[in-house]
This record gives sequence, C-alpha cells and structure tokens, in this order.
Amino acid sequence: MSQPAITVNNVSKRFLIGAADEQATTFYDALSSLLLSPLKRFRRLSQKASSAEEFWALKDVSFEVSEGEVIGIIGHNGAGKSTLLKILSRITEPTDGRIEIHGRVASLLEVGTGFHPELTGRENIYLNGSILGMTRAEIDRNFDAIVEFSGMERFLDTPFKRYSSGMGVRLAFAVAAHLDPEILIIDEVLAVGDAQFQRKCLGKMSEVAGSGRTVLFVSHNMSAVQNLCQRTVLLDHGRVIADGPSTEVVDHYLHALNEQSSSGAELSSVSGVSVKVDIRGLQGDLCKPNEPVEFVVDVTTEEPISEGHLAIGIDDHHGIRLTTLNSYLQSTEAFQFEHRARFSVQWDRVNLTPGTYWLSISLVNSLNRVAHWERGASFVVSEGDFFGTGRLPDPNHQGNFMIPVKWTVTTDESITGAKEPSP
Amino acid sequence: MTSSTAPSQPEIPENSSGSAHPLRATVIEARGGWQAVDFQELWRYRELLYFLVWRDVKIRYKQTVLGATWAIIQPVMTMVVFTIFFGKFGGMAEGSDFPYPILVFSALLPWTFFANSVSQGGNSLVNSAHLISKVYFPRLLIPLSTVGAPLLDLTISLGVLAVMLGGYLYAGVGNVVISPQLVLLPLFVLITILTAFGVGTLLSALTIAYRDFRYVLNFLVQLWMFASPVAYVLGGETGVPEKWWNLIALNPMTGAIVGFRRCITGQNIPWEVVGISGLSSCLFLLIGVMYFRRVEQRFADII
Repeated sequence: MSQPAITVNNVSKRFLIGAADEQATTFYDALSSLLLSPLKRFRRLSQKASSAEEFWALKDVSFEVSEGEVIGIIGHNGAGKSTLLKILSRITEPTDGRIEIHGRVASLLEVGTGFHPELTGRENIYLNGSILGMTRAEIDRNFDAIVEFSGMERFLDTPFKRYSSGMGVRLAFAVAAHLDPEILIIDEVLAVGDAQFQRKCLGKMSEVAGSGRTVLFVSHNMSAVQNLCQRTVLLDHGRVIADGPSTEVVDHYLHALNEQSSSGAELSSVSGVSVKVDIRGLQGDLCKPNEPVEFVVDVTTEEPISEGHLAIGIDDHHGIRLTTLNSYLQSTEAFQFEHRARFSVQWDRVNLTPGTYWLSISLVNSLNRVAHWERGASFVVSEGDFFGTGRLPDPNHQGNFMIPVKWTVTTDESITGAKEPSP
Repeated sequence: MTSSTAPSQPEIPENSSGSAHPLRATVIEARGGWQAVDFQELWRYRELLYFLVWRDVKIRYKQTVLGATWAIIQPVMTMVVFTIFFGKFGGMAEGSDFPYPILVFSALLPWTFFANSVSQGGNSLVNSAHLISKVYFPRLLIPLSTVGAPLLDLTISLGVLAVMLGGYLYAGVGNVVISPQLVLLPLFVLITILTAFGVGTLLSALTIAYRDFRYVLNFLVQLWMFASPVAYVLGGETGVPEKWWNLIALNPMTGAIVGFRRCITGQNIPWEVVGISGLSSCLFLLIGVMYFRRVEQRFADII
C-alpha cells in the first residue's frame, strides 16, 4: 500500500500570448488605464475571453509516480516539459488542477543556481547547497565529498569569477550530486562538462536512481532516459500522449518524429530563414551502404550571409549525435550569399549500419548560429554488404559505423622471430 | 506504511515520529487572491535566510580598499555635511542644549539603515530573477534578507555613536548624558526594521511588475528623508511645532527617529507620536506583505 510519491491530477497551465499588451507593463499604463479609460477597461473586461490569445502550455496532465520510481519525461521543444517541471518545483503555479507530493523535494533545473561570482568556491558550495535545500549540517557533512567529486581542491579559496566555465560547472554539479532528498526533479543538467565529467555525472545519476529515491528526469538524451528510467511519460503540445515502459515510449516518440519529417522535408521558417533538405541517391526510400548519397540543402534568408558555414548533424535512432558534417571544420573558406544558396553534400560511400538516422541542420554566420533545426529530416539505411564479404553487421550490438581498415595478422613464428633481434 | 527512504533521512523528525504518514506532504494548486503568511515554512527556511544575509554581507565590501569602513564613513560624512549646512548655515543647531552633530547622527543611524534597506529591498526581487525562475523557496526571504546587511552597518555605526558620546562626555562639551532611556533603543530599532521591511517588500513586488518603481525608488527615499526629522527635531525653538506632531507621526520613520534620538539625549519620549508611527509602521508592513503574497505566484511568469 505504498502511497504515490507524486500525484499529478488534471494539471493545466495557461499563458496569455500578447499578455504584455493586456497587462500594463509600466505603472503609468496601469494608472492611466485605471483612471483615464474606465470605459476601455470595461469593454476589455467584457470581451476578455476573446481578446486575449490563450496558450495552454499544459492541458489536463495526469500521472502518478510511485515511491522509488525513476521516471523520464520526454517530448520535443515546447511540449510543456519545462513548464511541468516548474510547476512540480513550485516555481510557478498551475492554472488548474492539483498535485500532491509526499516527501522532501529537490529540483535541479540548472546547475549552479545562485552561484555568486564574488564568493569563493568554498563559500559558493554553502550558498548553492542552501539554495538547493540542503541544511547547513548536511553541507558540512558532505563538504569533503563535494570537493573531491568536483576535483577543485586547489581552487576552493579562489573567487568563483576566476573559474573557467568548465570548472564552474564541475563545482556546481558536485554540489547538486550530493543533494539527498526523497524526490529529485532533474532537467537536462547532464549535458555539461567534458566527456569524462559527463560519464561521472551519469554514473552518479544511476547511483541516485538505484538508491530507492523517486526521480523525475527530463531529457532529450534518449539513451540516458532508456538507461535510467523504467517508465517514461511523453508530452506533446501540453498533453500526455504516452505513458509506459521507457523503451516503448521512446520508440513511440522516435517513430512519431520519423513520420513528421522524412526525406525532402521543408523545414519550418525560423527568424527569417527557411531551409529545405533533399536527400538524393536513395533507392526507393532507402539508402544503401557502400552507395553514394547526397544531401541537398536549400537555404533562403532575409538577411544576407557574409561569413557563413553549414553543419549537418547525424543522429542515430537513440538521439545520439554520431558525427557532424561541418563546413567550418572541413574548409577554411566561408561562403557568402544574399538570399538564397544551395549546398550539396556528397557522401561517396555510406558506411552506416542499418537503421534510421536523423539530420539536424545549423546555419552559422560569423560564428553565430543563425538557425538550427533539430532532427529536421531523416533517412533509413538498409542492410547491405558493405565489405563485400556477404556478411552483415548487427546494428544493435556492433555500433553505427563500418570502417574499412587494413587487417594484418602476424602469427606465432614471425612474432618470436621478430622478437629475437631486438635486444 | 513506512517510507523506504527513512533510513537515509534520520535528521527529519517527521520520519521518526511513526505517524500515519511520515513524509512531508505538499499540495500544489492554483491559489487565488489573498494569502496568509506561512510562518512555519519561513521558519523551516531560516538557514537559507541566514545564507542570503551572509552572502550580502560577504560581497558588500569585496574588492573595496576601505572595506567595512564604508559603513562608518557614509553616515559620518552625512553628519558632517548636515552639521555644516543645516546646523551652522541653516541655524538649526541654535537653541538646542545638545550637540547638534549627535542630534543628527543619532537620527542618521536609523535613517541610513532604512534608506539602504528600502533601496536594496525594492530592487531585490528583480536582482534575484535567476533564483526565482530556477528554484523554490518562500519568496519573502528575498526582501527579508536585504535587511540583514544594513542591520550590520547599523550595529557598527552604533559603536561610532558610543565613541562620539564618550568623546563629548570626556570633553565636557554640551549637555551630554548617559540616559537610562537607552534600554528602549531596541524598540525603535524594531519599528525601523518593520517599516523598512514593509516598504521594501511592497516596492520589490511593485518593481517586478512595473519597472518604473526602480526610478521612483531613488527620489522616494530622498523625499522621505526630508519628511522625516533627520536634519530637524521635534519641539524647541527651531523644531516642528507640537500641533503638527500627530500629522507627521503618520510617517512611521518619524516615531522611529524621534524615539531613537530621545533615547540618546534623554529627553521625554513623545509616546503619542511613537504610538501613531508604530501603528503606521504596522500598516505599511501589512500592506507590503499582503500585496507581496498576493502577486507572489505570478513572479516567475512575469519576471
């Protein structure tokens, strides 16, 4: 008869778009609308429902989390994940509905909340720990462990403003990793630091997840969600559209993504830039290993591009970035154009193992990202005899790439033979 | 029905109580209208209040050469300026048997505290936007914590005042006494704190919705000083005539300053003025906290 740790019941959150117009932004406006135009106010009030454009960031969201359960929350940008976390963390209130939480909650919507540049590392550990909800005694008790985890022993008495951003993140995560609440709410904080530190963080996360604590984990990292969470909730346009075992829900999500955007997708216009991707050289709908494929990207911008670069990221179906085809890395020459450009990226021998792959596209101007489309198009690589041996790779266990390397085998006699002259 | 997490949380008393439900329950839902102050919750977060004050105190004079000396220099310099301009040229020092610098300084202590608390309190929420949008804690802690650092300055300045009084006593200049009324000093400090917190809280909540108040804040504090008996006194030849006392007592700082000053000079404390100011102070506090609590839930959305 274990009681659910979190019960979310028909929670909705409404934002008013153009609320800046509705609600006075300056006190003068408020005063004038209050004193000078009661008629207008009255009219506004009477048509309130129609005049304000409503946007429901969350609509009738319900789910339960049992004690000790580790649950993932996924969905694309704008699906309502952050709003849900903010409501669960009590940062903002729901417009409607009710949430019951049993236990002490700590929420990590970012690492290093409240770090002050003028304070030293040691002082910031105390300040940040306290802001995250640790008691002073807890910080005292965990202090050495935090310092050791961060690896910042030498810089403890250095003002935080002299830390590099990487050092700052380490210290911040170290504090966060030593929170000891009954319920932990985490938003994508793992995407920090270098690879080694990320591994350390993921390790700490699975430790937390395995310790019987209730964890709510929001992420775009599908493999992290699948590894850490038994159960996942999928949000779309503010509603729960799937709730179940992580593998199933993640598949559902990726499948839906796949349908939305196949090859030849017209990517929606962002800030005056539009991009169309065409994948050529497919046989049927499939891309064959060892065969050529061509990504043709048509870009239309309102502003001229003076020092442009284009990057095409390739993700596997777990959402893991495999590689990036980046003009900045490959050629020192930037391109420039007024309004329209067509890029053709020729890949002579596709060496991917079978599966679905996504393309993300970034347009960069003068080293600033002008536009970015996360997983805007996808293609499927079929099975194929890449090496011409008649043998096929197993994509589930043998990775994403096939790389033709040169195998040389040296056998017993020649090894001993090679050894003899060396001394 | 026990919690599996109980062993890891031995320091939380709820867990060991063996009651029907050992874990703290939180309900999140839309609250409309006026909210009472949750004192229990504030008490639970007292350590955070301590750390916020501690932070303010720590960073206050970082990378300054003179450091905490600034806490002394500010009111002392103002005292010198006031003594010269109001005392000598303005003739306000005449007719007072108490040294004018002490009259001014004893008023500047509560006033400087008030002015600093209100200026910082008014901007406190906007300055803490990064905290408000990322983590929950009772929002009242933010304006509350801004009272801390000025309070430390006040304590330091009280030391300066004691030295000044000692100096005048030793030199035998003026009619300086050590009054038994000094024991009442904490009462007037309290009125000052309540007023500063009330006004600061109100302004902080207004500033977050209407940034206009950032600009209002500056001259509000300046005007308020002239509306308070800092450079002038109540009664006597150069002071405010008694018929106006009850009117200017509506300004809560009037009672606080007059009371504070008379504790030091040993003059009779005008309790009617203090009473009116005290009530007015409570009213400011009530309005400030009530308004703050009412708009609190929108902070993260509009910040």
